[in-house]
Amino acid sequence: MHAFGQILKIETRLFLRDFGSPLTTVVLPVALLVVFGLVPAARQPEVQFGDLSFIQYFAPSLLVITLAMSAVNILPTVLATYRERGVLRRLATTPASPAALLAAQLLISLATILVSAVLLIAVGRLAFDVPLPRHPLGFTLALLLGTAALLALGLLVAAVARTAKSAQAMAVPLFMAVMFFGGVYVPRFILPDFLVRIGDYTPPGVQALLDSWTGASPHLSHLGIMAVVAMAAGAGAAKLFRWE
Amino acid sequence: MPVIEVTRLHKRYGDLVAVDEVSFAVEAGEIFGVLGPNGAGKTTTVECVAGLRVPDGGGVSVLGLDPRRDAAQLRQRVGVQLQESQLPDQLRVAEALEMYASFYRDPADPAELIERLGLGAKRNTAYKKLSGGQKQRLSIALALVGNPEIAILDELTTGLDPQARRDTWSLIEQVRSSGVTIVLVTHFMEEAERLCDRIAVIDKGRVVALDTPAGLVSSVAPEQRIRFRPSAPIDDRLLTDLPEVSAVQRTGSQVVVTGTGDLLHAVTSVLARNQIVAADLRLEQSTLDDAFVELTGHRPVA
Repeated sequence: MHAFGQILKIETRLFLRDFGSPLTTVVLPVALLVVFGLVPAARQPEVQFGDLSFIQYFAPSLLVITLAMSAVNILPTVLATYRERGVLRRLATTPASPAALLAAQLLISLATILVSAVLLIAVGRLAFDVPLPRHPLGFTLALLLGTAALLALGLLVAAVARTAKSAQAMAVPLFMAVMFFGGVYVPRFILPDFLVRIGDYTPPGVQALLDSWTGASPHLSHLGIMAVVAMAAGAGAAKLFRWE
Repeated sequence: MPVIEVTRLHKRYGDLVAVDEVSFAVEAGEIFGVLGPNGAGKTTTVECVAGLRVPDGGGVSVLGLDPRRDAAQLRQRVGVQLQESQLPDQLRVAEALEMYASFYRDPADPAELIERLGLGAKRNTAYKKLSGGQKQRLSIALALVGNPEIAILDELTTGLDPQARRDTWSLIEQVRSSGVTIVLVTHFMEEAERLCDRIAVIDKGRVVALDTPAGLVSSVAPEQRIRFRPSAPIDDRLLTDLPEVSAVQRTGSQVVVTGTGDLLHAVTSVLARNQIVAADLRLEQSTLDDAFVELTGHRPVA
């Protein structure tokens, strides 16, 4: 436990020291929320958003930024880099297990996602009258399952990639797909209907987040797909992951 | 009693036989060299000793334990420095050592180790900003931070400049004098000759010789050669009568004496008795390089 605590402490420091990681996962989403929130029109309810304001409608997509950056970009890149540079192998020669390092990385991803979610909800509520998630249990479940699905995909990339470069080559298209279908690049109301439907089922499942945030309970099918992706990708990653 | 025993070790990767049949024993407190050309199977051998690879045949015993079955115990007692293993760029020297120290039951004091390895001024420097020699010293420090009984060091000084290499060597001698048994994998002759008490020369997955550096040299080519220009004419018989001398040749004004044993002393004594001064005196001995070429048929790396 002492060893794991040290690894977690050091890995957290390294995460914070790499300026880009906290910036893109935590600062950027909440900064975008503030920028959009300062536009008066973005705070007015609109029919096309189902009587929600734009920032209310867009907030789940901001959370998708954190999820995508953290789970399918930073996590696989860090792990593939560690493997390529022999960091994991070296740990395997000590009484500490490289699994401890993997666990530390997952905890850091989870903490990042949690911090960003709390920040978005709190800033939205306090500054721009975005209501707290109206279906807290559904929202928690949607966030948990969406996070699990994306982390599993990130681990799968880390498992399959031999080098940091090939991890990037696989992570970037995945990252862009997650961002696109999560409505980050283009707000989803502009997208044709079939792309929106695909987005509903693309991890982390932005529609389930939106539904539970703004009122309704999330669709079981949306959540179910996330659980299936999490288990399938997780099992694949566990089977394929190599320490060296 | 040996601390490491390798018996008829065999390891293949698919069709490629990396280690064919390797046996040796390492005694407590010695610096044991594993020498051989690239691809000879040195690294695979020590990786089996370190428990990182499973042998396909033969046995490995470390401190009386099995590297695979008793892995958890051995990791506390054996420090390993792997070839080409790096650390995260932003990790600082002191952080790395403190983290690794936390893995062991009875670690060395990281701060003391940092000073001992001459990294005191760099304790807050990120790994990325260290020089090659400093990275290597940090890597050695990480192998020692658990207070191991055995340290396995693979390609310790590859890529270092001559000064950094010499510094690293004196460091290794210090470590040994503190009672740690060291297994040193290298392909540098000078390093093996300078540091090792005994050397196993491995070629094509087999041990082709196992001896002290001096023993290796003399077993292969015991001949020595002395060249000099005598200050006065000298009768060949004065030299050929010496039991140490096997041949005398002349090239121009130069005399070349070949022989064995304490050749230099015998020749200089007889010259002194005859009031002859040997100018441009040069003793040529076989080196470990010669032995290596003879044993493996490869030119060693300069």
